[in-house]
Amino acid sequence: MNGIDTLRGAYLERIKTAADEAAVEEIRLAALGKKGEISLKMRELGKMTPEERQTTGASLNRLKDEIDAALRARKAGLADAALDARLASEWLDVTLPGRPRRMGTIHPVSQVMEELTTIFADMGFAVAEGPQVESDWFNFDALNIPPEHPARQEHDTFFMNRAEGDDRPPHVLRTHTSPVQIRAMTDQGAPIRVIAPGRVYRMDMDQTHTPMFHQVEGLAIDKNISMAHLKWVLEEFCRAFFEVPSVELRFRASHFPFTEPSAEVDIRCSWKDGQLKIGEGDDWMEILGSGMVHPKVLKAAGVDPTEWQGFAFGMGIDRIAMLKYGIPDLRAFFESDLRWLRHYGFAALDMPDLAGGLSR
Amino acid sequence: MKFTLSWLKTHLDTQASLDDIVYALTDLGLEVEGISDPTAKLKSFTLAKVVHAEQHPDADRLRVCRVQTDEGEKQIVCGAPNAREGITVVLCKPGDYVPGIDTTLGIGKIRGVESHGMMASERELELSEEHDGIIELPSGEVGDRFVDWLAANRPAQVDPMIHIKITPNRPDALGVRGIARDLAARGLGTLRPLAVTPVPGTFTNPVNLRLETPACPLFAGRVIRNVTNGPSPAWLQARLRAIGLRPISTLVDITNLFTFDLNRPLHVFDAAKVQGDLVVRAAREGEELLALDGKTYALREGMVVIADDAGIESLGGIMGGETSGCTETTTDVYLEAAYFDPITTATTGRALKINSDARYRFERGIDPAFTLDGMELATRMILDLCGGEASEVQVAGAVPDTARAYRLDTDRVVSLVGMDIPADEQRATLTALGFRLEGDMAHVPSWRPDVLGEADLVEEIARVASLTKLQGTPLPRNQPGVPRPILTPLQQRERAARRMIAGLGYNECVTYSFINAADAAMFGGGQDAVRVENPISSEMTHLRPDLLPGLLRAAARNQARGFADLALFEVGPAFTGGEPGEQVLQATGLLVGASAQRDTFASRRLVDVYDAKSDAEAVLATLGAPAKVQVSRKVASWWHPGRSGVIGLGPNMLATFGEVHPRVLQAMDVKGPAVAFTIQIAAIPYPKVKTPTRAALKLSDLQAVDRDFAFVVDNRIEALTLVNAAAGADKVLIESVRVFDQFTGEKAESQMGAGKKSIALTVRLQPTDKTLTEAEIEAVSAKVVEKVAKATGGTLRA
Repeated sequence: MNGIDTLRGAYLERIKTAADEAAVEEIRLAALGKKGEISLKMRELGKMTPEERQTTGASLNRLKDEIDAALRARKAGLADAALDARLASEWLDVTLPGRPRRMGTIHPVSQVMEELTTIFADMGFAVAEGPQVESDWFNFDALNIPPEHPARQEHDTFFMNRAEGDDRPPHVLRTHTSPVQIRAMTDQGAPIRVIAPGRVYRMDMDQTHTPMFHQVEGLAIDKNISMAHLKWVLEEFCRAFFEVPSVELRFRASHFPFTEPSAEVDIRCSWKDGQLKIGEGDDWMEILGSGMVHPKVLKAAGVDPTEWQGFAFGMGIDRIAMLKYGIPDLRAFFESDLRWLRHYGFAALDMPDLAGGLSR
Repeated sequence: MKFTLSWLKTHLDTQASLDDIVYALTDLGLEVEGISDPTAKLKSFTLAKVVHAEQHPDADRLRVCRVQTDEGEKQIVCGAPNAREGITVVLCKPGDYVPGIDTTLGIGKIRGVESHGMMASERELELSEEHDGIIELPSGEVGDRFVDWLAANRPAQVDPMIHIKITPNRPDALGVRGIARDLAARGLGTLRPLAVTPVPGTFTNPVNLRLETPACPLFAGRVIRNVTNGPSPAWLQARLRAIGLRPISTLVDITNLFTFDLNRPLHVFDAAKVQGDLVVRAAREGEELLALDGKTYALREGMVVIADDAGIESLGGIMGGETSGCTETTTDVYLEAAYFDPITTATTGRALKINSDARYRFERGIDPAFTLDGMELATRMILDLCGGEASEVQVAGAVPDTARAYRLDTDRVVSLVGMDIPADEQRATLTALGFRLEGDMAHVPSWRPDVLGEADLVEEIARVASLTKLQGTPLPRNQPGVPRPILTPLQQRERAARRMIAGLGYNECVTYSFINAADAAMFGGGQDAVRVENPISSEMTHLRPDLLPGLLRAAARNQARGFADLALFEVGPAFTGGEPGEQVLQATGLLVGASAQRDTFASRRLVDVYDAKSDAEAVLATLGAPAKVQVSRKVASWWHPGRSGVIGLGPNMLATFGEVHPRVLQAMDVKGPAVAFTIQIAAIPYPKVKTPTRAALKLSDLQAVDRDFAFVVDNRIEALTLVNAAAGADKVLIESVRVFDQFTGEKAESQMGAGKKSIALTVRLQPTDKTLTEAEIEAVSAKVVEKVAKATGGTLRA
């Protein structure tokens, strides 16, 4: 028995002072290896009497387990210490910038187009499109603006060149998105609900005008759609778009050749220190034009005005983008100044939806 | 259209306040653009009386006055020489804002004496430039409001001026009377009757008249002789001045008054200067007119003129001539009242670029039935103001027939407007606006050329009923339940492309659809078919054939601001021709300069064709383009011929990528390098069957084997040729072939021979039913080498 205690004492001491993992392995081989001291003693058990074997065997097994555990613990301790030492030497300046990654942006016009599409889609409006070079019939005549009508002159129209010998009236760059009404109704008939966002063109360039800008047209035709429905749709749109608890709209009688009755729509707002707030205050701001689609317009698009009726509206996309996001200058929309694009742009994954809200 | 409140009241008998009138006007569709109300700044001032005045103890020029006011007797120190006992003055109290000195008064101490307010001069109240002394009023009681005193005694000084915007459909509102009629219909008073008593002629009209053009269906004229033309009376001058018109002489002022008051433009000729007969006819090419604005206009065939033996005297419905115009010395005047065709007037006015009050009205359409009444009323006024006697009226032509009637369906009005307007009220509204109702039929008044159908009746009723009162009604969903998706596949793609490109780090731009001729020509455009006839600037003359020129210009502008490295993109239309529909949807990305800023990783490098290609491929994959495509070198002229390619699917071109041609960069002032890609969004084929179900995923349990090959080929052999050849070696076993290295340049050529390079491929073999034996692998490898050799002449690199 004394031999076993001596062995235990000697090995535990050697293990405790082993300097590295290699030394621990050396001790393991010396004690527990095939020819190790303890292994050899285990082999001698065969020569003993059954009684001796029982007591010595149990002691040797305990010693073996004990030494084995001590070896493992020492090995793990040494590995930890080695890792700690390595980690202590592995220092990097984590304040250095990470690897570069370009961040792209979405233009406010695109973002706002998606926002309004999201809102109107929920109310059942599809997105219609039409050409930007338009015949004067679609841009004017079909919309009840005959050639000599003063309203036609007020449109500041861009005309396309007409080749000599081609006697058709010159095409125009569409002055509004309203011709898409005609095209959509001609293609789909009634009932119909569409919006038509897109580029439009007017010969106007100053502080607040650019020769190209964006409009969205809305059209809903059915058996009994009224101007009261129009008002509700616009109220709902404005509430959702401007992300305010409530809005108040005011309809003011006006005139557009393609709607009758026609109304300009004002929204209640306040201006304080140059900051616009929608839905509160004592000011009214004109935001769009609207009305009930003129029977002549329905007829021009092949829809029977004795059977169908409905509303249309049009508003400036750039303008509502400016109002919502506090963008001061329309001209900058088309300047592509990188600083502007980064400041007013939206992240690629800022996708507007009704569940999560339109903007972050 | 401008008018004053008192002017309005000559037609409208009303007690309504200015605020109510202004609100009603806007609500009726006669949008008020501005009001100048002189009483606004005078509202707080009251009348007071000086009961005692004595010398200030400490100042020679000042007087200390005791003033009786509505709040008892006050002490006021005053410097005016006329401040004396007994005069009635205008009092400004502490707290009042005095406009002429831009000051809010307080209780002051002037040289030791307290002063409780001030007595104002006319200049201090901005009534005139008068400042020699304080206002002394000849009447009025202490405590009266000064504005009330002014209204009673000097109404012109407190007359608010209202400026309204008239939509093109409302020519009737271009006269004050028409505006009054709208307000009366709204219930803001009653329209005063307009009595027309014809003035009988006392002698035969000495000027003979002939009417020779249908563009003037009605022309009436008469001579009034022995008139005295001079400055018009003060009330008339004040009325014209209030709306910004310069009084000229009584005769001319009367015509201007009729234009704005009754929407009845008239013209006065000096009868003594008319030679021979007056003929209303179409102008002939080459004729000229020296008009009243002092300019000479070259007339064109078909314009309506009034001519005499001496030549053209007037441009019908637009402007009179200088030669026969009335002056202070005119004694015999020829008064014209006519009706000119709106379209002819508009065309003529536009062609000659004349904007006159007469043109503005005739082209919108005035009341033809009022022509002769207008003449009689004007005759009466001329006789009243200038004396003289009137001849018989000569009328040529006839009042054009404007009679028409439309059915009023009161239920339809309610259904369209969505407001419960009782049938009686609807009928009353139309009647008040001058419609004559006969059963269901509403006969349109002659002054409303815009009313051309039943829908117009609805509009009249709705605007008078007030759309402000309209309450929203929920629009039911077009189908119950969760809304269906509404975007077309192309619209979804446009969005996906935009989001993907932004995700790749590009900043989205929206650039103009029109560019300059040189830029357009450089990008295959600039033809006459896409030329804008009336461009707003020489930089915006042609529809863009491609999005790249706009982005390159944007890049140049940003570089000029100090941003050298750019990633810009745009998704939008490019125009292939000038007909509707000749536009295609493109997505174009542009990279300029370096990939990143300088950093500690040395990651900055110049952008190259492979950046553009990788981004183009990423976008194509997002849009559902198949993985297997062809790459050709058949690029357009604005790409670098050796460093760009077209990604296609058969004859279908999906995208172009590459370096922008150096000449283009130079022309656009972009400091290179610049690489770009253009995706033809609509050209990518759509899946034949749209289903959310994915194809089954086949996973093999057997280990894939990778084998690498390095081939020596001629310099200009394309890697894709090797890849395709290798992939063709065993279409079952070979899962993929990938280029993993390329060795070119001088060093390569020194090892492999002049004009040679090495391309290294890794070929992945995926066994399907059993693990491959070494012999099988060797067999496929040999086939790969053989196929590549056959396709490219390449050999395995030793």
